Amino acid sequence: MNDSERLVIAGFGGQGVMLMGQILAQAATNENLETVWIPSYGPESRGGTANCFVTISKTEINAPVVTQSDTLIAMNQPSLEKFESKVKTGGRVLVNASLVKDHTFREDIEVFNIPVNDIALELGNLKVANMIMLGAYIGASKVFKPEALETVFKQKFTGNKAKLLDLNKQALLRGMKEVS
Amino acid sequence: MAKVLMKGNEAMALAAIKGGCDAFFGYPITPQNELPEYLSKHMKENGRVFVQAESEVAAINMVYGAGGSGARVLTSSSSPGIALKQEGISYLAGSEVPCVIINVMRGGPGLGGIQPAQSDYMQITRGGGNGDYHTLAFAPENLQETVDIIKESFTLADEYRNPVMIAADGLLGQMMEPVDLERSSNVKEAPLKPWAATGESGKRGHRNKIVSLFLDPNDLEDHNLKLQKKYNRMIDEQQRFEMIHTEDAEIVFVAYGSMARIARSAIETLREKGIKVGMIRPISIWPFPEKAFENLPKSVHTLLTLEMSLGQMIEDVKIVNQGRYKLDFFGRTGGVVPEPEEIVEKVLAMKEGAN
Amino acid sequence: MDTTTVYKPGKGLTDRKLSYCPGCTHGIIHKLVGEVLEEKNLIDNAIGVASVGCSVMSYEFFNCDMHQAAHGRAPAVATGAKRVREDKTVFTYQGDGDLASIGLAEIVHAAHRGENITVIFVNNAIYGMTGGQMAPTTLIGQKTTTSPFGREKAQAGEPLRISELLATVPGATYLERVSVHDPKHVKKAKKAIEKAFEVQEKKQGFSLIEFISTCPVQWGIQPYEATRWAVDNMIPYFPLGVFKDARGGETDE
Repeated sequence: MNDSERLVIAGFGGQGVMLMGQILAQAATNENLETVWIPSYGPESRGGTANCFVTISKTEINAPVVTQSDTLIAMNQPSLEKFESKVKTGGRVLVNASLVKDHTFREDIEVFNIPVNDIALELGNLKVANMIMLGAYIGASKVFKPEALETVFKQKFTGNKAKLLDLNKQALLRGMKEVS
Repeated sequence: MAKVLMKGNEAMALAAIKGGCDAFFGYPITPQNELPEYLSKHMKENGRVFVQAESEVAAINMVYGAGGSGARVLTSSSSPGIALKQEGISYLAGSEVPCVIINVMRGGPGLGGIQPAQSDYMQITRGGGNGDYHTLAFAPENLQETVDIIKESFTLADEYRNPVMIAADGLLGQMMEPVDLERSSNVKEAPLKPWAATGESGKRGHRNKIVSLFLDPNDLEDHNLKLQKKYNRMIDEQQRFEMIHTEDAEIVFVAYGSMARIARSAIETLREKGIKVGMIRPISIWPFPEKAFENLPKSVHTLLTLEMSLGQMIEDVKIVNQGRYKLDFFGRTGGVVPEPEEIVEKVLAMKEGAN
Repeated sequence: MDTTTVYKPGKGLTDRKLSYCPGCTHGIIHKLVGEVLEEKNLIDNAIGVASVGCSVMSYEFFNCDMHQAAHGRAPAVATGAKRVREDKTVFTYQGDGDLASIGLAEIVHAAHRGENITVIFVNNAIYGMTGGQMAPTTLIGQKTTTSPFGREKAQAGEPLRISELLATVPGATYLERVSVHDPKHVKKAKKAIEKAFEVQEKKQGFSLIEFISTCPVQWGIQPYEATRWAVDNMIPYFPLGVFKDARGGETDE
């Protein structure tokens, strides 16, 4: 990771984009890095498009809203259209290729097409598409080791959610494999 | 103590508990809802009082009753809700009842919007209510500072017997950041309150009255003069600010809260370009930190006020400036959070204009 | 010469001279509330909330800790006080402009939450302090400074019956309307106040006693006529009686 990593994570409400960002922010907190997570909020988060901004940094974070991102994770077509232009030159875009077809990408960015919905269905639960994408992201960016995220999973999936731990780990590792 | 990752509104709520808050009264409004939601659970678990009132008007009057009866009390809301509370705030100030009010600001006027804004500088610092009164008001820029100030604010409210307002905004309320809730802050146990209407007139031997009514103009003037003395003490003791790279600056930003944080990024970029900018960051917005403007270096020629409004704090900057420096302004409003690049462009345009 | 004490003021009220006009029943109602608080040994541990209107100065008259609330907000202030001082006796003293107009939301919701407080509600069908304007309780045809032709239903609606209204609120425990126009009714009114404070002592929830009161000055008639007018005109529209009694267990009468 460079001194700082700024991400935009966007998709439909219900795809778990807020959780993806929170998991990264929690991993950063665990490692004593500076981090800020900001959600879009209001009516659009009830079923429309949802997005969050995450900054992870070795130094103090100033402006909290991500205006120029190192990474865009686009879980659907509208998100890609909305945020692609805000990616820095040389930045990376991870795209849910199950939902985004025939898009002409900018040429100055690195693009990872991952059909996370299809893979999630293979794993037996569409809901883990976000974790597959998170795996692909850490695989491509090396911002965190998978163990760091597994630690967060253990913090987040407790009580009757503990049974989801294995499936999410599996999804994470599968996502990493997609970009290796 | 290790830092924990928390959502701003929840961190503010927990900070209130750590600050000794006995009771919370509030009414739902976006973007501060996680604050009462958190307290509805945790106040009960801590054996403290939580009431969801029927309106902001009722909530602030519950604050008045509970604070007047000696408890450490909190209410929270967002801009239009704070407008509704102004009657009660005037009573609280007039009767010298301590309390803490958190304002997670959003865009206005009217119903406005729900996105972050600094729309309430005037409402907070001028007092939306009637009469010659002031509330102590702090405008933190990140969650750690917010948490520290909220913890301390119950102690300050008691010390001055005055409402304390926290000027947060939708960004601070909604964002998550790692915070250390145990970091030391000026938090003292609630003092004895011999003035409070605690329902102990028998034990005490005399009655206490929580009153802001003085029908004789001379009595009311005396009461106001007494309050004014207290406000002057606050002006002496509570001006808080941070000076950032002002030592050699030619252009000095004046910005608070989220806007100051965004301006820090702009300062970095401009300094990389060799442009000497700095910032005065008011942490207290009432009292306005006039002391910060006293000993600026000779290099300064312009004060650029930055706000997430179309210019409210700039009136205080004008007053303190007394015509010494050139003044300029940049603001976005309505819930639009400016990008640091916009501030950079503004400064570049100012330089261009000057040449 | 030997003297026999036949009456002396109790300690429920302070020594301050009441500020009420001749013929107004606020004085009687204050005395009754003060007596009950003294006789039940509550006065030393009571918190009262004064409202805005003629009874704004009541914080100078009740001999206990007092709050002075903004117009209509007394039930909210009492809620705050009671929630942080649960073991204290908390009451409000409000008129009809304060309670039935600007403070309607606060009174309904205090009842709705079942706040364990006692409300003394004084209904004289007019705004006294501000100069005799129309209240929500002003009767049809009654002339006031803002209904100079007499209250008209088409223009201002019909008078609001607060006890009946609150009787529909599930959280209310005890509601009674009384009058103090003669000794018999004064005694009955005192009983009602006792019951209301007993509800609070037993932590049974919200109690309100509504008083039919008079305002000879703003009604523009003599005190003795005012008492008659209240009996002849107000009581038929605002009938006396218990409107809600959800105390459970033994009830009286």
